[in-house]
Amino acid sequence: MDVSIKILRYDPESDRKGHWENYIVDAEPEERILDLLHKIKWFEDGSLSFRKSCAHGVCGSDAMVINGENMLACQVLVKEVGNSLKIEPIRGLPVVKDLIVDMEPFFDSYKKVMPYLINEKEPGDRERLQSPEDRDRFEDTTKCILCAACTTSCPVFWTAESYVGPAAIVNAHRFVFDSRDEGSKQRLEILKDVNGAFRCRTAFNCTSACPRGIQVTKAIEDIKRETLLNN
Amino acid sequence: MKVIKHSFDGVIVGAGGAGLRAAIEAAPHMKLAVITKLYPTRSHTGAAQGGMSAALANVEEDNWNWHAFDTVKGSDYLADQPAVDILCKEAIDAVIELEHWGLPFSRLDNGKIAQRRFGGHTVKEGTSPAFRACYAADRTGHMILQTLYQKCVSMGVTFFDEFQVLDIKIEDGICQGVVAYELATGDIHIFETRAVTFATGGFGKIFKVSSNAHSLTGDGPGILYQKGIPLEDMEFYQFHPTGIYRLGILLSEAARGEGGILRNKDGERFMERYAPSIKDLAPRDMVSRAIATEISAGNGAGPDSDYVYLDLTHLGAETIKKKLPDITDFVRTYVKIEPIEEPIPVQPTAHYAMGGIPTDVNSRVLSDEKGTVLPGVYAAGEAACVSVHGANRLGTNSLLDIVVFGKRAGQSMVDYVTQTKPNQLSDNASNDLTKKITNLIEKEHTNEFSVAKIRKDLQDSMEENAKIFRTKETLEKQTEILEELRERYENVTIYDKGKVHNSELVEAIELDYLLDMSEATVSSALARNESRGAHSRQDYPDRDDTNFMKHSFAFKNENSANLKYRDVELGKYEPMERKY
Ligand SMILES: Cc1cc2nc3c(=O)[nH]c(=O)nc-3n(C[C@H](O)[C@H](O)[C@H](O)COP(=O)(O)OP(=O)(O)OC[C@H]3O[C@@H](n4cnc5c(N)ncnc54)[C@H](O)[C@@H]3O)c2cc1C
Ligand code: SF4
Ligand code: FES
Repeated sequence: MDVSIKILRYDPESDRKGHWENYIVDAEPEERILDLLHKIKWFEDGSLSFRKSCAHGVCGSDAMVINGENMLACQVLVKEVGNSLKIEPIRGLPVVKDLIVDMEPFFDSYKKVMPYLINEKEPGDRERLQSPEDRDRFEDTTKCILCAACTTSCPVFWTAESYVGPAAIVNAHRFVFDSRDEGSKQRLEILKDVNGAFRCRTAFNCTSACPRGIQVTKAIEDIKRETLLNN
Repeated sequence: MKVIKHSFDGVIVGAGGAGLRAAIEAAPHMKLAVITKLYPTRSHTGAAQGGMSAALANVEEDNWNWHAFDTVKGSDYLADQPAVDILCKEAIDAVIELEHWGLPFSRLDNGKIAQRRFGGHTVKEGTSPAFRACYAADRTGHMILQTLYQKCVSMGVTFFDEFQVLDIKIEDGICQGVVAYELATGDIHIFETRAVTFATGGFGKIFKVSSNAHSLTGDGPGILYQKGIPLEDMEFYQFHPTGIYRLGILLSEAARGEGGILRNKDGERFMERYAPSIKDLAPRDMVSRAIATEISAGNGAGPDSDYVYLDLTHLGAETIKKKLPDITDFVRTYVKIEPIEEPIPVQPTAHYAMGGIPTDVNSRVLSDEKGTVLPGVYAAGEAACVSVHGANRLGTNSLLDIVVFGKRAGQSMVDYVTQTKPNQLSDNASNDLTKKITNLIEKEHTNEFSVAKIRKDLQDSMEENAKIFRTKETLEKQTEILEELRERYENVTIYDKGKVHNSELVEAIELDYLLDMSEATVSSALARNESRGAHSRQDYPDRDDTNFMKHSFAFKNENSANLKYRDVELGKYEPMERKY
């Protein structure tokens, strides 16, 4: 079937204003949106730029706005979104070219929350023990692939770039609720800041945007609660 | 073109599991840069699902010697046994170290790291399947990649993200640096450095149906091959039995480790006929051949009789949810069936390169079949061939390989850098690359010579002629096709002439590496007149230990390869017939 795709194009070298370009692609209902973008790039217009790698929703490269919602292009099939598509780059991060945005501010926020295990105790020569129940407490937030779909769907982030955003909080959560970690105090101190978790207005956009099904808003609420307890 | 120069003691190319592990080892001791064409967390290590083996004995009695036995037998006796001993012995500390760095392994009730069964892993040298694979649900690779990256962030490692290395400078047989292309700007960067590790991953994109990412194009092996460094054991490419039909997306062997069963169109558990003792958990080469054999015997399912079923319906919703959440989600997303209720259509998918850049056990790159070390150049991970996987890798041994030999690459860099002085690389080091790029930009675009068309013909023909079963005839046919493709490639053109994120330009250069990988694969396969592990020649169905207990070394020679050989390093285990 024919699928009509409207893509917001931008090229800093030749098209600083940006424009919508229309394409018609012959596609099967089972194909991924990423496959369609490839058909355009490979057989029609080689200058179309977008990121991609794994093509099955695990690397986090290809978050974009498809018919108004943040999705991974490799995780949505034509039959789920219909034969008329509008594709734009994710919002709130500077566009570099076409569907590619500058990810540096996103990764900077991630790094701010000390996203690594902090534990000064000598662990010995075997594994630290952790019960399955303790392990389950942070299971959900270990799934994050840093795709930025949540952060760039957040209305607070759109207006205040300094907000660390849902993804950074998710990655803080992954350690704050890990029984092996001892760095929560420092992390929660950072998240107490004006640009931290309390900026969240529980719009739930992030939770619906997350391609890994992480309960993002719940994770933010957990962090808020923990911050209050920590005080 | 803008050229920018940097000076480092060491550079690591690639930020998957192998590159990051090397970085953790080397960073405290030198001025180090990690260069990666993808953001580190986008590396394909993150796609690995099932687990990483180590004889921790958390579930039942185990020891690393049994692990080594299984690895050697699984390799069809082509692995170098001293290297396998290192892999299996160091596995235990490698897993513990990852746990200490925060890796959220799944746990047993007693709090220890959980372990599951996997293909080809047994206790007491073949007695019964072993619980040896340490895992984090079915996203073990994701957790390894995240944990190693987190560790690098905590150490303040320097990354050049979305920089693609496209050339190495070797003068008088000694490494002098690498040249990279910055994707966001089109600028060229010269990295003056005396120690370089290649950890660029696999090259599954030479085939049409593959579990590999679009980015897996064999850049590291390609760059070195073009400089006259040989590639080892390229005829051995692994096809994983259970890729989602047509898409190739992987459904981990963990599915069978947890009790999943393969069935043909009649519902028969056909692996009982091919591997009576361990059945569905036989090594991958055997299971993939069994599936291909079932399909050609007319036992395949579907309108084209070209797939079989992976049946998980008897495992129960709870096990599936807890232990196989991601892969069953892939089935729901891409096939739109509920795996708790329905069997899944699968077919073998191109998965893992046993071959690659030859190294010794200290990850030092070898420049010939005699074992001559190339000073300052190292390789680890799927890009390298140590060889610990021989003719067929066992599941869970690659995640192990990347950390064990990634670490060793880092250590070797430290040794080398502390013994040598900083070098100097002239500003014209980028000339070759600049010329290549200018050429592509200036040549007028024609559809006939587009990157995508040549690549599609390459992938389709490799799928057809050089996949699970090969013969002299199919390989000779493929040799001719590769010659034609190479001719077409000489005229390749691109439409995008811009500087910013010109991924078409990059794909054109990657296609050169894909052609190199295919040429080395087909030449090596044509010369190996036997069947061993993943290399299955229908015209030579038996293993031939008299003539082929040796590793191939393919040297680039126009459109094919010159082959030389090196004897396998044996050890405790005498080659015997491989029965399961
Ligand atoms: C779907 C799937 C599931 C798997 N499951 C398992 C499993 O359960 N157990 C197991 O043991 N193994 C498994 N494997 C195999 C294993 O995951 C891989 O072999 C391993 O992760 C490879 O790691 P690596 O570090 O060598 O390469 P990768 O993780 O692929 O990383 C390659 C890196 O190199 C960079 N790079 C490449 N070219 C360039 C260049 N020119 N310039 C700069 N940077 C470059 C990339 O950006 C990337 O960072 C699986 C593989 C797949 C595909
Ligand atoms: S929480 Fe979900 S949406 Fe946000 S970055 Fe992680 S995976 Fe992406
Ligand atoms: S390409 Fe990896 S998530 Fe879509």
